[in-house]
Amino acid sequence: MSWQRKILRVDLTAGTIAEEPLNMEWALDYLGSRGLGTKYFVEEVGAGVDPLSPANKLIFATGPLTGTMASTGGRYTVITKGALTGAIACSNSGGYWGAELKAAGWDMVIFEGKSPKPVYLQISDDEVTLHDAAEIWGTTVWHTEEHLKKKHQDPLMRVTSVGRSAEQGCLYAAVVNDLHRAAGRSGVGTVMASKNLKAIAVRGTKGVAGIKDPKAFMAATKAAKKVLADNAVTGQGLPAYGTQVLMNVINEMGALPTRNHKDVQFEGARDISAEAMAEKRETDGKANLVTNQACFGCTIACGRISQMDKGHYTVQNQPQYWGASGGLEYEAAWALGAANGVDDLEALTYANFLANEDGFDPISFGATVGAVMELYEMGVLTKEQIGIEAPFGSAKALTFLAELTAKGEGFGKEMGLGSKRLTEKYGHPELSMSVKGQEFPAYDSRGIQGMGLTYATSNRGACHLRSYTVASEVLGIPIKTDPLATEGKAGLVKAFQDATAIFDSAGICLFTSFAWSLVDVAPQLQASCEGDWSLDNLAVVGERIWNMERMFNNAAGFTSKDDCLPKRLVTEPAKTGPAKGLVNGLDKMLPEYYAARGWTQDGIPTPETKGRLGL
Amino acid sequence: MMHTLAMKGHAPETGATIAVTLKLFAMLERWLPEGARRNEIRLAVPAGTTPAAIIAALDLPAALCAIVLIDGAFVEPERRGTRALVEGEVLSIWPPIAGG
Repeated sequence: MSWQRKILRVDLTAGTIAEEPLNMEWALDYLGSRGLGTKYFVEEVGAGVDPLSPANKLIFATGPLTGTMASTGGRYTVITKGALTGAIACSNSGGYWGAELKAAGWDMVIFEGKSPKPVYLQISDDEVTLHDAAEIWGTTVWHTEEHLKKKHQDPLMRVTSVGRSAEQGCLYAAVVNDLHRAAGRSGVGTVMASKNLKAIAVRGTKGVAGIKDPKAFMAATKAAKKVLADNAVTGQGLPAYGTQVLMNVINEMGALPTRNHKDVQFEGARDISAEAMAEKRETDGKANLVTNQACFGCTIACGRISQMDKGHYTVQNQPQYWGASGGLEYEAAWALGAANGVDDLEALTYANFLANEDGFDPISFGATVGAVMELYEMGVLTKEQIGIEAPFGSAKALTFLAELTAKGEGFGKEMGLGSKRLTEKYGHPELSMSVKGQEFPAYDSRGIQGMGLTYATSNRGACHLRSYTVASEVLGIPIKTDPLATEGKAGLVKAFQDATAIFDSAGICLFTSFAWSLVDVAPQLQASCEGDWSLDNLAVVGERIWNMERMFNNAAGFTSKDDCLPKRLVTEPAKTGPAKGLVNGLDKMLPEYYAARGWTQDGIPTPETKGRLGL
Repeated sequence: MMHTLAMKGHAPETGATIAVTLKLFAMLERWLPEGARRNEIRLAVPAGTTPAAIIAALDLPAALCAIVLIDGAFVEPERRGTRALVEGEVLSIWPPIAGG
């Protein structure tokens, strides 16, 4: 069965904890993690809820493959109404925490209400306790994890927590587990802190019992691991270079958003790329990259572990940052670097360390820095307001703003608003490079057209991980399509969105999809779970999850008008590269997408579509 | 620095020479000719040279040449043996990669 069939419900207002059976009827329709957690959420929480009110709920959900021997089976999802977006939020993380929760015997934890004082939850298999968190409130994620392991004398305990940025109301605060793995987007950490919930510490010793057909499951997972090992991307490219290998190719093809999307190519891209991370520094003769790292059960190991130059201006007097820790992934390197015109790899690494240490999303933070730098160059914001001169390209401004945002001090409070609210406050909402309030990741949709439709229609605001058409449009996975064409992209985006919902809901990493299709996932689910996990049914389940999320957003007030892109991307052509002269053709793709989805031209699922999907 | 690439019979002997830039990334770095810096080198090659000719002349494993761009635009595998480079163009090549 793979599901543990048990969930925890924690009423933070009353301080009570209850055990419930997992709703298996829903599990068979929504699989797990993102899909099943969202089903619980939309059934229990009104769409109009204020994200930071006690009436909002916060769900930590594993999938049926989480904690099993399936490759990458360590994922969990945090589901809530996003603080940054006001839309459905489901933010996914790797590391070891998700598998530990599953091994403790729980499929998910639902938090309700708001604690009258800071607390943390400790789970040791069936023993679940709320503790006073006064001693760790106001401290970082890194301190919290170290403190709880020492306090409970358990170095094997897994901890997920929020940092000071969340406590201070930064709207894009993350939930961070295992020091540098994060449910990073949409402000799920902000919601957690608003409930006075600091951390969840878990120790599980039960493992995952009840695999439907263990022999078939072992054969299916073994075959699927061979596919990953034999594939050049998942077997060689990602372990060696990580996601950062994209920096140069996206720049060469003119799709690297630069200086708040004013440009599509960054002259400093090579200096902040995977190749640069692997080179020995002139200053100390050591490379930024120390090693790669895997999450629970992962046979890819794309994670980056970095060590900074101890003489760099940011850390020369801060030895606490001299050790090896989570390094730059592509999205963070872009957001902290190209988005602001900053080419100092060490400064980017330092800002990334701070994002991990105090739990804020480096994508939304970096993109907000880009908007601030543009406002500074326009003369709208001044050195006196920001606290430092902040032209594009200033590494010192970047790291200064990261320090303030981490603590919620000074201009860091303004930074914590995110680019949408900040640019509105200063009279230039057109400078926020966001959709539904969430900032873009690292692909310019003038150079990769399908990503414009991906961003505009993403249920959690601008995001690349809801339909990563970059795989097809740039990398040729599974087939190569023309990045400059709009034709065929509506169907491509829909196919990626529905398939991604399955990967996320199974409890595995989306990066397996560079080698696996649902053909590889289905046998693993079929062997481990009761129910119908045929390809035909998986297609329906994926589509059902997508429409369920959409319907919540529609009920929350989002309309087709919110399926849009910033004016810059549809009116200011790319200046250089293959996309020179092009804007994004969203107006051509969106009507086709609605039709392909079975939605009205107002972006609402028709009764026929809802009926077909059982919604 | 300009490197004259020995074409080993893989390019037309036109007598005319053009200058192009070659960029090799990720695990292809090791195939860059001596004198390359920061993943790139300027090459002197015969006029009419194609990406496939440069790939062959450098003994680059074809299976590792997954993404081939000329001035940032993708060159489909079937065009790599016919699309002649012109003066000043940038040829960039990656092995199979992905990210996100």
